[in-house]
Amino acid sequence: MDNKNNEILLEARDLCKYFPAKDFFGRKKAEVKAVDKINLAIRKGETFGLVGESGCGKSTLGRTLIRMYDPTSGSILFKGQDITGLKGRQLLPVHKQMQIIFQDPYSSLDPHHNVREILKESLTAVSGISASEMEGRMEEILKKVGLKPDDMYKYAYEFSGGQRQRIGIARALLVEPEFLLCDEPISALDVSIQAQVVNLLEDLQKEMGLTYLFVAHDLSMVRHISTRIGVMYLGRLVEIADSDDLYENPLHPYTRALLSAIPLADPKLASQSKRVMLSGELPSPMNVPTGCHFHTRCMYAREDCKNHIPEMVEVSPGHFVSCPYAEENIS
Amino acid sequence: MEETLKKKDKILSAADIRTTFHTHGRTVQAVRGVSLYVESGEILAVVGESGSGKSVLMKSVMGLMPDNAEVKADQLTFAGQDMLGMDQEQLRKMRGKEMAMIFQDPMTALNPLKTIGSHLMEVLKRHRGMDKEAAKKEAVAVLNQVGIPSPEKRLGQYPHEFSGGMRQRVLIAMALCCKPKLLIADEPTTALDVTIQAQILDLLKSLQEETGMSIILITHDLGVVASLSHRIAVMYGGLLMEEGTTEEIFYTPKHPYTRALLHAVPKPHSGSKERLEPIPGMAPSLIDPPSGCPFAERCKFACERCTKEIPQYRTYSTTQRALCIYSGEELDHKEGEVESHG
Repeated sequence: MDNKNNEILLEARDLCKYFPAKDFFGRKKAEVKAVDKINLAIRKGETFGLVGESGCGKSTLGRTLIRMYDPTSGSILFKGQDITGLKGRQLLPVHKQMQIIFQDPYSSLDPHHNVREILKESLTAVSGISASEMEGRMEEILKKVGLKPDDMYKYAYEFSGGQRQRIGIARALLVEPEFLLCDEPISALDVSIQAQVVNLLEDLQKEMGLTYLFVAHDLSMVRHISTRIGVMYLGRLVEIADSDDLYENPLHPYTRALLSAIPLADPKLASQSKRVMLSGELPSPMNVPTGCHFHTRCMYAREDCKNHIPEMVEVSPGHFVSCPYAEENIS
Repeated sequence: MEETLKKKDKILSAADIRTTFHTHGRTVQAVRGVSLYVESGEILAVVGESGSGKSVLMKSVMGLMPDNAEVKADQLTFAGQDMLGMDQEQLRKMRGKEMAMIFQDPMTALNPLKTIGSHLMEVLKRHRGMDKEAAKKEAVAVLNQVGIPSPEKRLGQYPHEFSGGMRQRVLIAMALCCKPKLLIADEPTTALDVTIQAQILDLLKSLQEETGMSIILITHDLGVVASLSHRIAVMYGGLLMEEGTTEEIFYTPKHPYTRALLHAVPKPHSGSKERLEPIPGMAPSLIDPPSGCPFAERCKFACERCTKEIPQYRTYSTTQRALCIYSGEELDHKEGEVESHG
């Protein structure tokens, strides 16, 4: 954990994912720029947290990175190999190495299959191993995620939310991936269960040397689990930094507002903290503001913010921000 | 001294509420004997996880339970009136007018076929007997009060033209129409983004200060209530495990469940990557609830007695009490022992 590993596992270059918005007659009306020219590098063995409000494109970015979605433009590199253009069966080896766990443990497990069938499906999809080896692996993975061997013959409805999420994790890890996209894995769980799942993810990461992309909107949990964090607003990354650095020294006006909105579980701290309130509402993703996407709600916005798209600049080692006035505004 | 001893008015007081459901031939004991009170002008937070009975408790208090539910209580008084003796018609008049409720999902609580204006004006006409003109004026005024810009224009719009946060503001406006003495807010910010959540919480707080009404805030998130509530009631397994002022619950919690809950979340503003302390296991089923303390199975201090009988409340101050056979000091001592051995 301590020795910094700088080997890059997954990289996005100018990655875009646009969805067409259609009108009543199926004609293309507009484009939703869910992911807009994103540059990002995730290092091997780290947990990269991705935060932002609903509709900012964080889930779409995650899913495009693991090639669940086809990117509109830009490129994705996994272990140095360009996987942007792969199609159909070519994607199988990629998906074997990049897996996902979902937010809702209730709808992501097939109710007609028992745990064994759910797991087996994922194994046969990547094939190449014998039946006896398969059994062994399934038993092993169940143990790893904290379930009992006889849970194998139970159906999803017989489990609680936390246990279902464990099944989801088992399914994802069964094919021994290197990269795991955790798409809001704890937001549907009770507080007392969230910690169980977070600890499990941390243990598995150490044991199996996994790299995580952790997408979430619970900002205190993201800080806890992540090594680095990226903040998204309307399809663009506005700030990237080491997690403690980001929370102690947020630079982008949006990050500052987002962090100050976290409800603090401490009455004294909560009454002292000053909130940076955001005025107005999130603009529609179909009709995003020109220039800096945030200028309509930014208290520091100037004239040229309306026309000029800000570049990501490294202001201190490892701390990137896409606001040319960030440091000036704070001082 | 006189001042502090003088008790504040209790706007709501309930004793030994028991709510059971009959479904599919089974009986669910959702609330198993809860007593609580709300003082006038205070914000009480009812905190609990899913299935703890917190929402059922509040719906029972309001008389909003479906026909297959059975609500029993020893006492239920609201603003000096005995609610147990009221018939449906009297209850209906009181709800909406003197006590109002807002819900988690602001989309499903509004009728998509009606404008925001007609939602608000219906309440005003029915409960306050206003004519159309007066109702319209008042509707604009309440929308203004909850911070909706250009309210005249917004009156003619439909719910789908509002964002989640704005819809929640509309619901709050509807609840405020009759100037209720008590507002029950059931997870009002759970469906909202964190920046919008902060706005709504601030709105609730300032409205409370402005109007002097009481608020019961039902939530699963302790963080949400820290800056807002005066008192907190913690529920688990259909029982009230602990209640106290917000400071008491956060800084000197007595019940093992409250303590475990506070340890299960990352500490605010601590950069440390300290390992979280999850609560093992899961919440008990309320179809056949354990005969002892519902938390015993997951509690690291539990002994044999805990699994046999539901403990009595221990009182720690005029405001704090907890449902555990051990006192806070005994638990501190045990905690020390566990640590030195482990």
